[in-house]
Amino acid sequence: MLRYATRRVLSALPIAFIAVTVCFFILRAAPGGPFDSDRPLPPEVLANVRAYYNLDQPLFMQYLLYIGGVLRGDLGPSMSSYDFSVSELMAIGMPFSLQLGLTAFVIATTIGVLTGMIAAVYKNKWPDYLLVLVVMIGVIVPNFLIGALLQLWFGVYLRWLPAGGWVPGSWAHLVLPVAVLSWAHAARISRLMRGSMIETLGTNYVRTARSKGLGERMVLARHAIKPALIPVVSYLGPGLSYLLTGSLVVEQIFGLPGIGRYFIQAALNRDYGMVLGTTLFYMLLIIALNLIVDLVYAWLDPKVRYR
Amino acid sequence: MAGLTQKDEVLTRYAEKLSTLKAPKGRSLTDDAIRRMLANKAAMVSLFVLAAIVLFAFVGPYFVPWGYSEVDWASIRKPPDFEAGHFFGTDHNGRDLLARTMFGTQMSLIVALVATTVSVVIGIAYGAIAGYFGGRVDAVMMRIVDMLYALPYILFVIILVVIFGRNPILLFVGIGAIEWLTMARIVRGQTLTLKEKEFVEAARAGGAKPWTIIFRHIVPNLTGPVVIYATLTIPEIIIVESFLSYLGLGIQEPQTSLGTLISTGAPVAEVTPWMLIYPGIILVSLLFCLTYVGDGLRDALDPKDR
Repeated sequence: MLRYATRRVLSALPIAFIAVTVCFFILRAAPGGPFDSDRPLPPEVLANVRAYYNLDQPLFMQYLLYIGGVLRGDLGPSMSSYDFSVSELMAIGMPFSLQLGLTAFVIATTIGVLTGMIAAVYKNKWPDYLLVLVVMIGVIVPNFLIGALLQLWFGVYLRWLPAGGWVPGSWAHLVLPVAVLSWAHAARISRLMRGSMIETLGTNYVRTARSKGLGERMVLARHAIKPALIPVVSYLGPGLSYLLTGSLVVEQIFGLPGIGRYFIQAALNRDYGMVLGTTLFYMLLIIALNLIVDLVYAWLDPKVRYR
Repeated sequence: MAGLTQKDEVLTRYAEKLSTLKAPKGRSLTDDAIRRMLANKAAMVSLFVLAAIVLFAFVGPYFVPWGYSEVDWASIRKPPDFEAGHFFGTDHNGRDLLARTMFGTQMSLIVALVATTVSVVIGIAYGAIAGYFGGRVDAVMMRIVDMLYALPYILFVIILVVIFGRNPILLFVGIGAIEWLTMARIVRGQTLTLKEKEFVEAARAGGAKPWTIIFRHIVPNLTGPVVIYATLTIPEIIIVESFLSYLGLGIQEPQTSLGTLISTGAPVAEVTPWMLIYPGIILVSLLFCLTYVGDGLRDALDPKDR
């Protein structure tokens, strides 16, 4: 198991490296720079500023300097929020983004698996039809629309929950964002779970378990759930990407202080350091979570471990 | 009829019947597919609604007295009003929302078509080449696809869009260039089985070059899965486009798309709910219809469930 984990980490790190490299060169190839403005700086000042950010070096040198910095844990200064370093800005947004993302991930996965099982057990009866409808809405309706409608209904008309904003430690402010973020994710998982559960319930070993007199609950818990989970677990990796995309929107709709907002702002301002920093952060996050997913996968399916 | 036994009578009648019968008509695979498609109620209803939305977007503007960027100073931020001719109401600048919704739908549909075409072209070429050459070429090419899958591609779309400015054409191409991964995988899988078929061997024996075989013999046989997957890609691209527009990175004023309309409507939905609700309804029905038509096509054309 440990060897498997090490191998996975070692094969994932180059991907993060390539992503950052590609981003670095795409950004530099773009027209415009962080210090273009309507009121140009005096040339001497501009030269000093560019020297401070290493922008006067040849492109390849800049790249080496940046990678060197990253390896030492230094993401460099932000080019649009002048007094902050990239790491400082990320430290402000990160706890919140992680909290939001992980809560949504855990809740959505749990709900998705449970509802998928329920739909499979009650196949072609009313709980199934109801769930299929909720799932279709989650898969098809874009999350910014769901978000706007929930915000309007629960936040403005009913006034049950705050419509947006963030007060540290307040769970009420998290309910709507997490609900929006989870819906699409849970829907996809539920659909997968329903399909694989129906397939599993038709297998011979489930029939054997039933015929030796096990109760339906026991059959599900001891025999059916583990193999039925395999396709779900293999979806969790790509699912994370969706979740991340969703969190950009959710942070925007509800005005939440996460990293997503910084990312979009930074891209618009050509804040090279900040864009690269957030990309790197997202990459590492996805790699770490994918690793956990893979380990769970290896635990569920021994075939994977020995390949 | 005297002198004939009953048995003769039956036989004669049978012979007459046989002579008037037409030869039984065979059912081709396409006939089967069309029959299955017609029997699928959800898909047929969706197809009609879809046609209605397309008409709404492309023909509708000729019947609306207002242009999509025309300002009616007399009615700014007014709810739907049939007497003034603003059936969907007006926005904060006094522009007719019906005209804007039509234009936005048109824009979303065009983006979807162009981007899907781009993704289909890249996906087919990439997948067919990887699948046909196989071996190391295949391993390297598909490894690249795996790596791209692992990337949070939306970050790259955002970076690309920011870089290339707000040019809609580049937006189309950018989205299409990112959505080709699954298509490439599907095409590669199909190519792997197709290249073992006799007609490919015959072409090779006839001295055809690999490129000719790929694009003249293999690609035309990929139509089925490609059509199915392309139909399912269209709603995804509409979502990506509206997502980018929602973040303010997509289509720019005074042009508009469904995403842009929703993003301007959402913050003011408390005061002017029609600005959120009408574009929202169109977007959701469009996405539902496209998904059901795609699913219907898959059920009709996919040989797996026969």
